[in-house]
Amino acid sequence: MAPSSLTRRGLLGSTAGGLALLPIADRAQAIPASPVSHPADTATALPQQDITLLINGQRMDLTIEPRTSLLDVLREQAGLTGTKKGCDHGSCGACTVHLDGRRVVSCLTLAIRCQDKAITTIEGLTVNGDLHPVQAAFMDHDAFQCGYCTPGQIMSAVALIDEGHTGSPAEMREWMSGNICRCGAYPNIVDAIHDAATRMQEG
Amino acid sequence: MQAFTLARPNGLDSATTTAAATGTKYIAGGTDLMQLMKNNVEAPTHLVDLEPLGLSAIHIDDNGARLEAMARMSDVAAHPAIIAGWPVISQALLASASPQVRNMGTMGGNLLQRTRCGYFRDTGFACNKRDPGSGCPAIPGENRLLAILGGSDRCIATHPSDFAVALVALDATVELHDAGGSTRQLRVRDFHRLPGDSPQNETNLQPGEMITAIVVPASPAARRCTYLKVRDRASFEFALVAAAVAMQVTNGTISDIRVAAGGVGTKPWHLPEVEAALHGQTLNDDNLRDAAMQAGQGARPASQNAFKLPLLRNVVLRALRTVAA
Repeated sequence: MAPSSLTRRGLLGSTAGGLALLPIADRAQAIPASPVSHPADTATALPQQDITLLINGQRMDLTIEPRTSLLDVLREQAGLTGTKKGCDHGSCGACTVHLDGRRVVSCLTLAIRCQDKAITTIEGLTVNGDLHPVQAAFMDHDAFQCGYCTPGQIMSAVALIDEGHTGSPAEMREWMSGNICRCGAYPNIVDAIHDAATRMQEG
Repeated sequence: MQAFTLARPNGLDSATTTAAATGTKYIAGGTDLMQLMKNNVEAPTHLVDLEPLGLSAIHIDDNGARLEAMARMSDVAAHPAIIAGWPVISQALLASASPQVRNMGTMGGNLLQRTRCGYFRDTGFACNKRDPGSGCPAIPGENRLLAILGGSDRCIATHPSDFAVALVALDATVELHDAGGSTRQLRVRDFHRLPGDSPQNETNLQPGEMITAIVVPASPAARRCTYLKVRDRASFEFALVAAAVAMQVTNGTISDIRVAAGGVGTKPWHLPEVEAALHGQTLNDDNLRDAAMQAGQGARPASQNAFKLPLLRNVVLRALRTVAA
């Protein structure tokens, strides 16, 4: 997200905490290390733990419960809502992020186990406001309708190209099988990945 | 999800000692355990993180492959020596889950994943595996995906692993480390238990005992093998029926044959009846067909899954023809 853009998410966030319109880097430092609030559970004195995560190149100090998924930390504490929660069971791929350069589903990843790893989210793909070639190709090929699965599709596609699975449309489809699109934008997604891979190879 | 604490052990003995306590479980890749905890099917109060132990190496020598328990599915599947020496392992792993899940899932965890039976995973239903003695709604209910082999009147849940089917075919061994610090080996064929009267006991692991590695012997048959998986959709789906076949042919005669099946049994299912029908026989299509039709002896289909028996025989036959070609 560009720092100056006005978005629905930004407006919602600004009324809640006044932080959402800050650039990502500033937000990382501005967000206090506050515990997740689970009112119903407070009687059990849940263990909290201080952790430091490296998200999109920024260190972030957080206090979390051990049971918190990386997905929930990204969305609810780090303010990085590009990563989406679909099934929350590893079946849909909407929450795909990169952990030390490998694609994983963040809903099945415990944040507390990510402390020495580099986490990359969809927000981390854009460099100085320039879209990643895969992001640009998704726009050029209209590779989405509602867009909810798109961040996960793009994170998976970036990894797929890096893994070298762009040999054929069938190969790309097989290696994108962890990302479900209810709108059925699959043909355009495959076209976008093929195009992005070609552009990245050229240069 | 119930709250828990997470221990990061500094060695094997510390891990196994901690894990032997009631309410404690290991977490490896976490891909299955996280789902089960979110659904309150599992509610451990303490987890022992296996990542600090390392245990992720893939060793290859003349005798075989030694896959440490925390090696990731994607790394093993892509390992050139595995692809060359044990292609059925790579194929079975690549037929499993999704690329993201394969980057997380581990060798040990794959063997210990729980059944996909919908009643087991929904605490709104009775289930003898989750809540011993509560009953089995699957046997009179939705059982299309469940087992036709190895079931009991308490449970017909299918074992979901593809990888384990390849290991059973190749007669691999698991290395185990217990809370007393001693180690032992167990054939994968003997690792999982039939449900019988206690479907909650799925393996022969002792409390705290940990899988440290899987050892797969090298053989000429292991190099000539295939994994065939038939499912309801093209990818990212558990097997309706799958077969792992490895074969050695010497002067036109089948001198070594290994056959196992997935999706049909309450554990990864060895098919000695098919092996016996082929061992020492001339390699020809009649013999392959006759042997494949032996598959699934003792099958007891439920109301919705009788289709699995002919499907099993056809899948075994196609896999046999693939390795024979």
